[in-house]
Amino acid sequence: MASQDIIARSATTTPMPSVRQMDDVAKLIDVSKCIGCKACQVACSEWNELRDEVGHNHGVYDNPMDLTAESWTVMRFTEYESDAGNLEWLIRKDGCMHCAEPGCLAACPSPGAIVKYANGIVDFNQDKCIGCGYCITGCPFNIPRISQKDHKAYKCSLCSDRVSVGLEPACVKTCPTGAIVFGSKEDMKEHAAERIVDLKSRGFENAGLYDPQGVGGTHVMYVLHHADRPSLYAGLPDDPGISPMVSLWKGVTKPLALLGMGLVALFGFFHYVRVGPNRVEEDEAPQGDATVHKVDPSVREFDPKSPS
Amino acid sequence: MNKDIERYTPSERSNHWAVAILFFLAGLSGLALFHPSLFWLSNFFGGGPWTRILHPFLGVAMFIFFIWLAMRFAHHNRWEKADGQWLKQWKDVVNNREDKLPEVGRYNAGQKILFWVLLLCMLVLLATGVVIWRQYFSHLFGIELIRISALLHAFAAWVLICSIIVHIYAGIWIKGSISAMLHGWVSRAWARKHHGAWYKEVSKEEGGKH
Ligand code: SF4
Ligand code: SF4
Repeated sequence: MASQDIIARSATTTPMPSVRQMDDVAKLIDVSKCIGCKACQVACSEWNELRDEVGHNHGVYDNPMDLTAESWTVMRFTEYESDAGNLEWLIRKDGCMHCAEPGCLAACPSPGAIVKYANGIVDFNQDKCIGCGYCITGCPFNIPRISQKDHKAYKCSLCSDRVSVGLEPACVKTCPTGAIVFGSKEDMKEHAAERIVDLKSRGFENAGLYDPQGVGGTHVMYVLHHADRPSLYAGLPDDPGISPMVSLWKGVTKPLALLGMGLVALFGFFHYVRVGPNRVEEDEAPQGDATVHKVDPSVREFDPKSPS
Repeated sequence: MNKDIERYTPSERSNHWAVAILFFLAGLSGLALFHPSLFWLSNFFGGGPWTRILHPFLGVAMFIFFIWLAMRFAHHNRWEKADGQWLKQWKDVVNNREDKLPEVGRYNAGQKILFWVLLLCMLVLLATGVVIWRQYFSHLFGIELIRISALLHAFAAWVLICSIIVHIYAGIWIKGSISAMLHGWVSRAWARKHHGAWYKEVSKEEGGKH
């Protein structure tokens, strides 16, 4: 991506270049079409040249069990029994949602370690990352992971390198059922609307699009059969937003706090200017007192004024 | 004869300055991560990653030395009745009208409040700092606790820094107190003026000794 395309940058208080207009992109994941084959997981590690440790079988289909610094996307499997007694296998491809208002970026203290491009992609610059993990604290979706090898944060980049040269993300390209599609955010919404009509006609009356407004919308969206209960899908947040703790921690309180510290110092300075130092006058000294030592046997007796 | 009084022993002084140095290092490295406009402070510590690595160790070291210091001084900082009166007359305090104030012991009410506020801040900083210490400990805690801790850590650090600014200023304002902490001795006049009750106490002890 060109540097003009960066519209937000972590730990930066001045405006970013905003001359270039670009369409928002989005990846749409149609959960109802996913067969859980994990081809996207493989494509992701192929394209990004990531090789996670071979793990263990935990008796479930999830593998690896969680996102890691080397697994930027994982399929999460949920067995859900509907009220009608039907077993549904809900499979969700987890990974960065590319929030319009990214909590990771708001929390990051290192200038430029996290950037948001004009097309909506949120990217981590590992060379500027200091490894503090504040992005994890800020993310409403529990996405970034710190590598134990280099102590840098990693997550899905939405294949920003591919997208910048007009390619679709690797997972999209590989998905054998067409459950993952990519394009402008508008087109993806339209596509989702058609899918939702279809799902509704097949009995999923709560089918809908997951594009949570609490984070300003996302650039990775889901079509869910149970859009009324996103948390069914391995704990997808029902109403995600940047935690008030994080907003308080990272919001206006910071400049105000700096101002407060400055004021305390300034108060001191002007107190000195107006009231002046508090000195002991010579004539307050009495006559005839002997030397007094603190009673502390460990201390050598020393009197700077006595002749040695 | 007009002999000086030793207010701080060499060990007390060394301990105090160890805390002070570590406070500056931990404080500056923390401020680098506190606000983007101060990120440049990370250059003093070898860049961003080094700042992130060093800050918690500096903080723990500061905590240990502080607790040591606090154990030395805690018994001097018990709240007494006269302290309330002293506080009520804060206008006389800030206007250098000490003659109107009740006689002060080893520490005045302001110093005592500072002591307990510092102790509280240090405890909060340590507890929350461990929770947000990503490299070793954060995986042990839930995200909500980490978020609250990050907030409390920043808040406690802010209170601590503001308090220390006041503490440093008081040292500049009350002549003779910085040298008391540097080489340990105060003049009898100084003791009588600022800490009358303490002065009487040490004079009595001295009388008993001789
Ligand atoms: S999902 Fe998390 S990591 Fe991804 S952009 Fe949003 S806040 Fe950042
Ligand atoms: S770990 Fe890296 S990307 Fe995450 S907040 Fe810290 S500096 Fe930013």
